[in-house]
Formats: sequence, C-alpha cells, structure tokens
Amino acid sequence: MLRTNMVLLFFVVFCALGVVTSQHKARKFFQALETEQERAKQLDVEFGQLQLELSTWATHPRIEKIAKERLKMRVPEPRSVLVAAPREQRP
Amino acid sequence: MIRRGKGARGHRFAESPVLKLALPAWRSRLVGLCLLGAFGVLIGRSFYLQIINNDFLQEKGESRYRRDLEISASRGKVTDRNGDVLAISTPMRSIWAIPADARLSPPQLQQLARLLDMEPKEVSRRLASDKGFVWVQRQVPPDVAEQVAALKLPGVYQNKEYRRFYPTADMTAHIVGFTGVDDKGLEGVELAFEKSLIGHAGNRSVIRDRRGRVVEDVGSIKPPQDGKDVRLALDSKLQYIVYSQLKQAVAEHKAKAGGAVIIDAKSGEVLALANWPTYNPNNREHLSGAQLRNRAVTDTFEPGSTLKPFTAALALEHGKFRFDSIINCAPGRLTIGKATISDAHPHGALTVAQVIQKSSNVGSAKMAATFAPQEMWEMFDAVGFGQAPRLGFPGEVTGRLRPWKSWRPIEQATMAYGHGISVSLMQLARAYSVFARDGELLPISLTRIDDGPVTGVPVFSAQTAREVRAMLELAAGPGGTAPKAQVPGYRVAGKTGTAHKLEGGIYANKYVSSFVGFAPVSDPRLIVAVMIDEPSAGKHYGGDVAAPVFSAVVGNALRTLGVPPDASMTVAQAQPAKVPPVKEPL
Repeated sequence: MLRTNMVLLFFVVFCALGVVTSQHKARKFFQALETEQERAKQLDVEFGQLQLELSTWATHPRIEKIAKERLKMRVPEPRSVLVAAPREQRP
Repeated sequence: MIRRGKGARGHRFAESPVLKLALPAWRSRLVGLCLLGAFGVLIGRSFYLQIINNDFLQEKGESRYRRDLEISASRGKVTDRNGDVLAISTPMRSIWAIPADARLSPPQLQQLARLLDMEPKEVSRRLASDKGFVWVQRQVPPDVAEQVAALKLPGVYQNKEYRRFYPTADMTAHIVGFTGVDDKGLEGVELAFEKSLIGHAGNRSVIRDRRGRVVEDVGSIKPPQDGKDVRLALDSKLQYIVYSQLKQAVAEHKAKAGGAVIIDAKSGEVLALANWPTYNPNNREHLSGAQLRNRAVTDTFEPGSTLKPFTAALALEHGKFRFDSIINCAPGRLTIGKATISDAHPHGALTVAQVIQKSSNVGSAKMAATFAPQEMWEMFDAVGFGQAPRLGFPGEVTGRLRPWKSWRPIEQATMAYGHGISVSLMQLARAYSVFARDGELLPISLTRIDDGPVTGVPVFSAQTAREVRAMLELAAGPGGTAPKAQVPGYRVAGKTGTAHKLEGGIYANKYVSSFVGFAPVSDPRLIVAVMIDEPSAGKHYGGDVAAPVFSAVVGNALRTLGVPPDASMTVAQAQPAKVPPVKEPL
C-alpha cells in the first residue's frame, strides 16, 4: 500500500513539473510569435510607406519634367514617325 | 491527618474547590453554538462568493493581469488599374496633453515646439487651456513622435492615428476624393466605396506579466479586418494626359472651368476623369466649393450640337431618312410658332451626313419635326439622358429631360440640337458609346473590370450606328466643324458643341464649348468628352476650344496604349486650307 502511494506521489510530482515546464515553454514560444507578428506589422507599415514614396517619385509630372529638362527628350514630329506594321493588329 | 479548621472545609490535595463550582451547563453550550453559528456563516459566505456569485471576484482578479487590447485595422488602398497607388493610409502619431499636468519649463517648451515645427507661443497657448484634454498636434510623422516621446515631458501623451496620403495629389483629386481627419471618406471614391475601404478594428484579451509583456491569449480573439483595396478603372498615364491638356486649355482660353472624361469603348470603364479647377487633397486648407466640384459628374449643361447625331440616328433608324437624303436648309432660318431657329452660316440643301458635318440647326430641327415627341423622348431616355449614370459617385446628377407630354413643337426642335435639355459630361460620353459600339449603350464602371467583354443595351441598329459614325468622322474631318480634332495616324470621329449658357432663365453671352468623340474609327477604343466652361479669350466654338484638347488627348492616349495606327501619319496635317472651316452654329 505504502509503496503504491509513493509511486503515485512521485508520478504526480513528475507530472506537475512537466506542466510547469511546458507552460514556460509555451509562453516563450508565444512571446517569440508575438515579436514576429509585431515585426510583420512593422514591415507592413514600412511597405506602405515605401509604396507611398515610390508613387510620389513616379508621378507623371515629375517624370515628364525630368525627361524634358534633364534628358532632353521630346515627342517626335508626326512626319518623322514611321509605322512598322500597320496592318498587323496586336492583341 | 487532616485538620479540619473552622470555616475551611477540608479537601483533598488533588481536588480544587474552584473547579467544583457548578456552572450551568447551558452556558458552555451557548458558546459552542455561537462559534458553530459563526463558522456556519463563514462557510455560507465563502460558498456564496466561490460558487453562487463568483463573477465579481473573478473579474477583480483578472483585472490584475488581464488586458483587453485593440488591434488596429488600416483603411484599404485606392489604386489605379495598374496597381499604382492613388491613396494610402500610413500610421502617424497624434500628440495630446493634459494641460493641468503639462507644466513645461521654457527650454522644454522650446524643444517641443522646435520638434513639432510650431511657434513656442502657440504651444504654450494650447497648454494654457482649462480643458482636461488638448491636441498639441495631430498626425505627426512617427520619427518626430519618437523624438517627442524621448523628451519625457510630463502630461504629454501620444496615440496612434492613420493619415491618408494622395501621391498623385491634384491630378486625381476629383475621382479619388479624400477622407477627414478621422479616416472616414468625405468625397469621391473615398466616400462612394467607404463600405469596402473601411477597416474594422479587432480585439483580444491577453495576460500580461510584470514587465508588461504579453504572455498568453485568453478568451476569444476578434481578428481585425483591414479595409479592402479598391482598384479603379482609372489609368494614371491617361489621367495625366487628360489633366495636363485640360489645364493647358483652360489657361489658354481663360476659361472658368473645364472637365474631360475618357471611357473605354470596349468595357465602359472610366479611364480618366479630370476637372479644372482642382485642389490638392493632401493640403486642404483653402478649399472653395468651386475647386471641390467634380464637374464631369455633378454639373449639367445644355450640350448643344453634340446631341445632333442622336437626332440623325433616330431619323435613320426610322427609315424616314437615309445617309444621303437631301434636306433643304435654305435660307438658314426656320420659324416654328413665334420662335426662329437659325444657322450661324446659312446652308443650301444638305444631305443628312452634311447636316451633322456642318452642324446645321435647321436641318436637325427639320429631322426632329418628323418624330412623335414620345419617340424622341424614348430615344433620349434609352441613351441615358435624364437618369444618373449609376457610377456610385456622390452627387451624381440626372440632368434634365422633361416628360414628352409637356413638349411644345419649338422645344422639340431645339432639343434636336441640344437645347432645352441638360446633361452631365459623363452622361454625354456614355451616350456616345452607342455610336462607338454598333448601337449598344454601355454600362460604365469606375472600377476595373476583369471578366470578359461587357455587353450593352441595344439602342440603335448596327447599320445606323455605322452610318452615324461615318458622319461623325466627316464632322471631325477637313470639311467639318472640327478639323482641329484630327489626330495624325488615327481616324477620329466626333462632334462639337457650343452652347449658350442659361443665366437666370435667359441665354447669356457666355458659352460652354464641348467636344465628344471616339477613336480609332476602324475599331473604337476610347470615347473622349471634353467640356470647357466660359472660354473668354476670343474663341468660343467647340471646334476651336475643345477639339484641340480632344486631339491631343486621343493622340497621346492611343500612343500610350499602343493602339496600332489606322491612318497615315501625315494626311490630317495636309489640307486645312482647302475647305474653309465652317463656323459652327449654336
């Protein structure tokens, strides 16, 4: 009788320690997950900001200005345009 | 031997007389009962707290470690058809203070003001308020906010807010609209698509440890729902072309306002929509109503001659006239009742095609005289006049199309050339889809359409539409009213309109010049409508004011889209001198 009780007691203590350990581990993992999620959110925000920056740099008035002033580009005169394949309809 | 003294009874050593005092038995029982009772009360109370009414304590307990967190959701983006961002939200900080707690020393005040780019006086004025809460500055960039937080000022706090940015600014202001400071849509697409753009914040309950870290989720998590992105049909390249050409034309002709629309003739998508004057949605400090108005959709005007093709189409459809039927337009005047209709330049006998090409009022009125009012009303109704174009835009107007029962003959005649009826530019552009598409009226859409070809509602037969298309090509050709609408390399078709403006019920000496057309004629891709309000630099005919805008827009747009040319590059330039341009009647 006494021996059975001792075995059971040992078993209970062992389980209790197991619960504590796994709980601790779970919290560690949870925190890691939490950190990563926070980072994902941060990156998302940064992506939005970069997208905003991209479209600010890529506005057409700015592109036209650079093309005209810095790169000295211009629209060709209609008479200097040759159409290579007018019969062929592109899809 | 025990001695027994007087007065003291003898007793044995092991006995105590004190203990022999016979207390009544009930006293001890009473005490026992009291204790038992008190014990019972304690058990009862703990039973009550632990089992019957346990919510209160549990709540109190949880509040020590459990926190409800809000998970913020962001508003959806608005993009153009290629995914270029037109409106995007990004988190900002707002700095607020409790004035009673915010006792800042002068150097602190200086620092704060410098960081926020404000006058120190302004900051101290705000902090001097007797309210419990004041905004110091809203929507501060995150990096600046961090520097402010690093100052560790007493009574100064921050919270997260979203701010909306519009990288394309004034170019797309009217179509995209804007949101208020609380991130709710107030105008344009931002308002029209508010329901799908708006995000719904979620929440979760968590357990926090001593250091404030989240250790565990408890209870259910309500995930945040980010707003959905809206992909418009708008093409920002075409939008830029339209916007810059319109801006230039308004300046050149000293006009009050202008509007232009491009609709895809295949799908009915609105590819561009620009108005002038416009505004910068990123900085809305000095806004006036005139700048805010999305004229192409919310303003109506009498379209003038741009309606003549519809009259001609109805005439052809009924079989009363053919493409080359002769109508006698001499002597350039027509009297109906007390009123007289006149052409700006008298013509002799004209074919139906020439009536459209030369834009003869008399010819149109004569055609209209052969219709029953109901037939004409039904045709106008079928091409969408008098009803909102159902774009979902705030403030869409229906225009004015009076019921046919109250039409007088003179009104029917003037409606044949676009007076006595009012339409918006968007309606007009849409109505022209019947000519660009073999007689079908297209439904139009602000958002990109991805699934297959769109079918419209048939209004005219394909034969009629093709004939009118040919007439419109003549009108935009060398002998027509708008030779300036020609585009090198592409065949274009379209019709000018020059309408007197109604002011207080009478026609004033102010004009609305318009041009509606499509290109390339061999297989129409784009429908373009241009309207210039009150040009006052000398020219006011649609052919002089609006047609060049059309030409520039169509030429650039078709090249941008890579549409193969269907005409020679030089023809259009060759012969403006041959036929003297016909001055267009009203």
